[in-house]
Amino acid sequence: MYKILKKQKIGQGIYELRIEAKHIVKYAKPGNFIILRKNETGERAPFTIANLDNKSITILFNVVGKTTADLAKLKKGDSIKDVAGPLGNPSEIGEFGTVCIVSGGTGCASAYLLSKALKEKRNKVINILGAKSKDQIIWEDKFSNISDRLIVCTDDGSKGMHCLVTKPLEKLLKKQYFNRVIAIGPPVMMKEVARLTYQRARTFVHLAPIMVDGIGMCGGCRVKVGNETKFACVDGPEFDAHEVDFDSIIYRNSRYFDEEQESHEKHHGSCITKAATKKKTPVKQKSKKTISKKKAANKKDIASRKKKKTINKKPVKKKTARKTKK
Amino acid sequence: MRIPMPIRKEKERILDFKEVNIGYSLNEAVAEASRCLQCKNPECIEGCPIGVDIPGFIKCIKNKNIKGAAQIIRKMNNLLGVCGRVCPQERLCEEKCILAKKGEAVAIGHLARFTSDNEDNIFILPNKIPKNQKQKKAKRLHKNAAIVGSGPSGLACAADLAGMGYDVTVYEALHEPGGVLRYGIPEFRLPKKIVNDEIEKIRKMGVGFLVNHVIGKTFTIDDLQKEYDAVFIGTGAGLPNLPSIQGEHLNGVITANEFLTRINLMKAYSPDYDTPVKKAKQVIVVGGGNTAVDSARAAKRLGSDVTIVYRRSFAEMPARMEEIKHAKEEGINFIFLTQPTRIIGRKKVQGIELIQMMLEGQDSSGRMKPVPIENTEFEMGCNQVIFAIGQGPNPMMAKTTKISHRMDKSIVVDSKLRTSKTRVFAGGDIIGGDATVIRAIRDGKIAALHIDEMLREK
Repeated sequence: MYKILKKQKIGQGIYELRIEAKHIVKYAKPGNFIILRKNETGERAPFTIANLDNKSITILFNVVGKTTADLAKLKKGDSIKDVAGPLGNPSEIGEFGTVCIVSGGTGCASAYLLSKALKEKRNKVINILGAKSKDQIIWEDKFSNISDRLIVCTDDGSKGMHCLVTKPLEKLLKKQYFNRVIAIGPPVMMKEVARLTYQRARTFVHLAPIMVDGIGMCGGCRVKVGNETKFACVDGPEFDAHEVDFDSIIYRNSRYFDEEQESHEKHHGSCITKAATKKKTPVKQKSKKTISKKKAANKKDIASRKKKKTINKKPVKKKTARKTKK
Repeated sequence: MRIPMPIRKEKERILDFKEVNIGYSLNEAVAEASRCLQCKNPECIEGCPIGVDIPGFIKCIKNKNIKGAAQIIRKMNNLLGVCGRVCPQERLCEEKCILAKKGEAVAIGHLARFTSDNEDNIFILPNKIPKNQKQKKAKRLHKNAAIVGSGPSGLACAADLAGMGYDVTVYEALHEPGGVLRYGIPEFRLPKKIVNDEIEKIRKMGVGFLVNHVIGKTFTIDDLQKEYDAVFIGTGAGLPNLPSIQGEHLNGVITANEFLTRINLMKAYSPDYDTPVKKAKQVIVVGGGNTAVDSARAAKRLGSDVTIVYRRSFAEMPARMEEIKHAKEEGINFIFLTQPTRIIGRKKVQGIELIQMMLEGQDSSGRMKPVPIENTEFEMGCNQVIFAIGQGPNPMMAKTTKISHRMDKSIVVDSKLRTSKTRVFAGGDIIGGDATVIRAIRDGKIAALHIDEMLREK
């Protein structure tokens, strides 16, 4: 049993939980995640480590399904049955130069520890935070302490820029060179970032697909990266953005949507919004519509995308995925 | 004639996940035990990878001394209840039985199962309660050992070392100990109560279990080396193979590992548990091993129409005979000499394209080699494809530790199961085992002997 040391509501439907987990902190690094199971009947759910100290880890989540709704009900002093980790590979931290970290929704949680570590390595860190509205912006104060430049965007314009996170990125890309761009958030957002930075900046994304064990056993979190099948839990979660097949990630994340909605309705009596599958960090339901409208408006973009698609297609066709062992 | 195992009716059992076999009654067990010829040179013992005194325990059952029978088996095997249920006896002890040459072998597996089910059942031992032989507690040796992985090899090693007097701690990555017995083998074949009971017995021997500890991530092997006098790695096979064909990323394509983990470990079949599992209408399971048959039968119990597709013929199926028989009774279709070539669908699985195969010569495993027959492709509609086409050793150790390993990430060991790291041993599927519980147990036991030998020398 792992004790909850702190619980705080930090925004509309967004909660912070600090959990005592001494065994995890020894090797925990930015980019790692944990898997927790609230109680005997709960599911194994992955969460990125948002912050850590010498005896506890902090996770952030948005209430999107039954598991997160259950977690939101916990109080300080309650305990969680199982916490395993640190899982996944830590993010690469080096002296890169100028790094732009684009994050949306609870993806900002993973971005914080990463920004901090990069800052300590004397990188110039530019953070772009996205949220639906001003009361869903995550840790703005913490980011402002470490960030060389902080840009906040909201979907409804209630704070900062009234746009998606990709707009300021697009502007910045025209003006300056980034040694590295890291995008953490909903797959649609990461896909758009990857498109913008293609052939402009080395870009990495953090993937959080549906997973069960988190130790490479079930293959549920498999993603297509380059020509290979990778397991996000043991090969990731950080991948080269320009190699990732986002489309399959987007539809694979909806695999258990019907079952999850049923379970959530049964237990909490309310309907969860589509596009929000329970296990991932994505919160910001930047609807596909707005993006596609934008794209439609920009004919050049479409043309360039088509070109890219044809470029990308060739190698994909040649080889099939992951070689079977033995 | 062999006494048939009483089983539940097909119609009833495909509606739930409860065990299919009911188990012998005392009379049935005694009758079956009486068939044993008590050979002078029993070959069945040779057939058992861990050399259980089979005629000895059968004799005890014949004399209605169940406790005695249990003691004989437990001397060699701490997972008695498990082995009576999951061992492929027809290819081990029962194959060697002298009666098998003329007719039907003694049902050694069923008798072992009977023993484990009734060893503590006082009602069935009238007037014959054996003297309460108090197990001598081994003298504590004040040396400790860490076991990585709580599957069959880890549990066997832990139990033996604890019996010798060592302080043993077992590290498990998942939230419950048992390894493949927990996440792999379904309830209807191996009730989790049996696993819990066996683990509880090992716990009572003084073995500590630490769950949610992913060795390689939470702590490293080097950390364990510093803290313990010996380390045993039994992390098993945990990397599911995928066929590398078009469409394997579609929704509805799932590895047997994921499907069975959701069902067995997370109990997704029960509405009380949160983990979801897809209940598809038409399910195709690809593979011919126990994992394939388990997945097919689990899918059947979720209400699906299930077909098993296997690239070799019936004779080459590695699955346990009894399970294949049960699967057939439950209405699972089999298509032999067929292999998938592509999965059809947009986002979701809509069908599968298969090709017919023929058997030619031998492959590296000594089995007939399946070769596709050109232009024999055909399509079948389905909503879910479960791949149960084998798995590789768990790569976690090879990736996180400097330890000598092969291309497939299996760990290299010598004849004493020592790895390239000092005081670190390994066994079971992680050293490239053959995926049976009993051989993993044997490795665990052999490792325990050599760990003891090493620690006594020191």
